[in-house]
Amino acid sequence: MKLARDTWLIFQRQMMLVLRNPVWVIVGIIQPLYYLFLFGPLLKGALRLPSAEAYRIFVPGILVQLAIFGTFFVGFALISELRAGVIERSRVTPVSRLALLLGRSLRDVVSLVVQAAIITVLSIPFGLAVGLGDALLAFAVLGLIALMLSAASYAIALKLRSEDALAPLLNTVGVPILLLSGVLLPMRYAPHWLADVAKWNPFSWAVDGSRALFAGNPGDSSVWKSLLILGVLTVLSVFWAARSFAKSVR
Amino acid sequence: MIETIGLRKSFRARKATVDAVRGVDLSVAKGEIFGFLGPNGAGKTTTLRMLATLIQPDGGEATIAGADLRRNPGQVRRRIGYVAQGGSTWDAVTAREELVLQARMYGIAKADARQRAARAIESFELAEFADRKCQTYSGGQRRRVDVALGIIHAPGVIFLDEPTTGLDPQSRAHMWDEVRRLRSEGMTVFITTHYLDEADALCDRVAIMDHGEIVAEGTPNDLKREVSGDVVTVGVPGAAEQAAKLLDNQPYVRQLEPSGDGVRLVVDAGATAMPQILRTLDGAGVRLDSIELHRPSLDDVFLTKTGRSLRES
Repeated sequence: MKLARDTWLIFQRQMMLVLRNPVWVIVGIIQPLYYLFLFGPLLKGALRLPSAEAYRIFVPGILVQLAIFGTFFVGFALISELRAGVIERSRVTPVSRLALLLGRSLRDVVSLVVQAAIITVLSIPFGLAVGLGDALLAFAVLGLIALMLSAASYAIALKLRSEDALAPLLNTVGVPILLLSGVLLPMRYAPHWLADVAKWNPFSWAVDGSRALFAGNPGDSSVWKSLLILGVLTVLSVFWAARSFAKSVR
Repeated sequence: MIETIGLRKSFRARKATVDAVRGVDLSVAKGEIFGFLGPNGAGKTTTLRMLATLIQPDGGEATIAGADLRRNPGQVRRRIGYVAQGGSTWDAVTAREELVLQARMYGIAKADARQRAARAIESFELAEFADRKCQTYSGGQRRRVDVALGIIHAPGVIFLDEPTTGLDPQSRAHMWDEVRRLRSEGMTVFITTHYLDEADALCDRVAIMDHGEIVAEGTPNDLKREVSGDVVTVGVPGAAEQAAKLLDNQPYVRQLEPSGDGVRLVVDAGATAMPQILRTLDGAGVRLDSIELHRPSLDDVFLTKTGRSLRES
């Protein structure tokens, strides 16, 4: 009860800050739109696919890309908050430590899902067709990615406490995760060794699951597998980050 | 209100262990302004952060406002306020928004939180800028907001870590007034400072800290008296030797040395010694040119206890 109340309190504050300065949400939408307008037609031609089918492959890919890169870097904001003393001020109050994390991560999840919904709607004129239920399930996959990566990003930020250390680390981890998930092109075009490596990447499963949903196959095994894999990893990530928040830090 | 026994903390930095706090025993009474004086790196902030539940002590016990620091940090948090050295506001929101959020983080309901914020804005005189974003505030305004945030839940004890560092003299005086007001409202104030005059003017009692230990403790006046008494300089042109001979065997004179055209005396209490000095010299017909009383400063205390001047360290 107290956890829910405190989480809501922190979430409200964070959401207010986003709405007051929504530039990052807008940037988050514009970047995938570039891919949609400037890379989508190329993909369609290269794969010799009809428009609807090309965008069914392509849109879930850029949504996962947005989920990964839109939330993996949220730790930067936390470092600014640490520097301003906001986190320390919260830590001397009896507010729930888990709420300090969840309130922020929920803000990240909500912004991401809103961005994803806008991009999905804007893709419809290109010939994308997706059922509402399937789309909502795909957003659940994206939401799990967002929750997992934002929690991980906060935990890493609490450890490093410096933007200079955070940026290279996140890029070093983030780029291979992205490339090995087949966001731009399905991994079925990959050579065997690369496809084998990609199988160990949970985000590759997320992309496959989302593509199955956008193709109207919610019963495909990649859907429940992606939800299960991401669910377990999200629990671990939140647990880790919550511990970092609760632990005394210098 | 605050009792500690043997509070200790070490940090590991580059494979070396630094004993930041090496056994601090404290006893602070209710309604007191208690000052922690010492140079940077003495362990003041570390002690304060332990008492404010931000870092765990390696050893020792502490009871704050009736709650045990180790066994019940949650209860300690409810009963204390803490204002960090580096500030605590977020640039993109207003002081009023920060005050309401802070109250809400203490579990206070929304309507009550708004009322408390309004009261704090009034009593700390923040009205002029409370609805502007924090990024527009001056250093002194920010500091007042920080303190208002620290006491929004009406704690019994407030910890202030160097609340006047970096402020201009006027803002400093303003902050002293706020601190005295908090005491008059019944709060116990625990303040750290490296300013001698601040400890002297503001604090009811002072503990001097150096290298993680308390080297002296008492009221500023007691400390100064205990260490060196008062200093009296007597100017007697041409009669310095005679004056020295006359005064050297007086019972109230602790120490005597020649000083230019006169003598410098260390006495127990200047107020009672001065008339006696005057009588002694007058009785022997020594013509007095000047007599001056200097109170020893807290710096003299620090110098005696550590062999260094606080200003140098």
